[in-house]
Amino acid sequence: METIQNKAGEEVTNELTLVQAAKKGDLEAFSELVKRYDRNVFRIAQHITHNEEDAQDVVQEAFLKAYQNLEQFQGNSKFYTWLVRIAVNEALMKLRRRRSDRTVSLDEDVVTEEGSMPREVADWSPNPEQLYGQSELGDILKKTIQGLPPGFRTVFVLRDVEGLSTEETAEMLGLSIPAVKSRLLRARLQLRERLAKYFKSKRVGDDQP
Amino acid sequence: MNCKDFLKELTDYLDGNISVSVREELDEHLHWCRDCHVVLNTTKKTIEIYRDNRLYELPEQLRQQLQQAIITKCKSTKQVRKSSG
Repeated sequence: METIQNKAGEEVTNELTLVQAAKKGDLEAFSELVKRYDRNVFRIAQHITHNEEDAQDVVQEAFLKAYQNLEQFQGNSKFYTWLVRIAVNEALMKLRRRRSDRTVSLDEDVVTEEGSMPREVADWSPNPEQLYGQSELGDILKKTIQGLPPGFRTVFVLRDVEGLSTEETAEMLGLSIPAVKSRLLRARLQLRERLAKYFKSKRVGDDQP
Repeated sequence: MNCKDFLKELTDYLDGNISVSVREELDEHLHWCRDCHVVLNTTKKTIEIYRDNRLYELPEQLRQQLQQAIITKCKSTKQVRKSSG
């Protein structure tokens, strides 16, 4: 198989070569693709569904669907972009089922007062992460991001956590570029606003009983 | 430029997707507006915190179980072939 060198100097089989082999039914090649992206798919699915069992199902279903429909993958976009699009749709379906709310959609453009103008403008402590232990910090971050509407948190996770471009995010979610940008801005501002209550600079004496 | 204009450009400013002239205007605003300065810094920190403290890492044992389950399911399924017509 065709290989390229990655940064660490290890040989990495070219993604397109793996996809071509998997299209012919080579399960070892497909297994390579699973290993490459399963962690990312799991993270994204957890962020959308807030449920570990659902996220595990999404990982399985997204890869199975991708395998069954590989023939439809044209190679115009990256395999990962195509895969995440499948996974996001699966995750949204799970969320709808849990909420028995058929309206959950990435298109919902939630207009809230929050996110238009910041209300909390107190500065944060220089090292906010050090104010909390690792697991407490994790709980704060989870609780905070879970409060955002699904469309906002999905855009934030793809752009700012997974590091994808605005164009890739738009393609994955089937949104326009301005829609991605507007959701990203509001997601960032709302998270900032909500985190402020945990990370605000403490004045001397605040910790005294 | 006022604070509302600044906020509108905040995402592009943070992502470095901005023309030199707009950047200069924003920097000028930041120079005298403490509130926007704080909003910029704390928004930057918000992004960094989520990036540096990745939530929901897949535990290795569960990961292997999922990989096996996926490949087993793939073995017992057929790929959808494009119709020749």
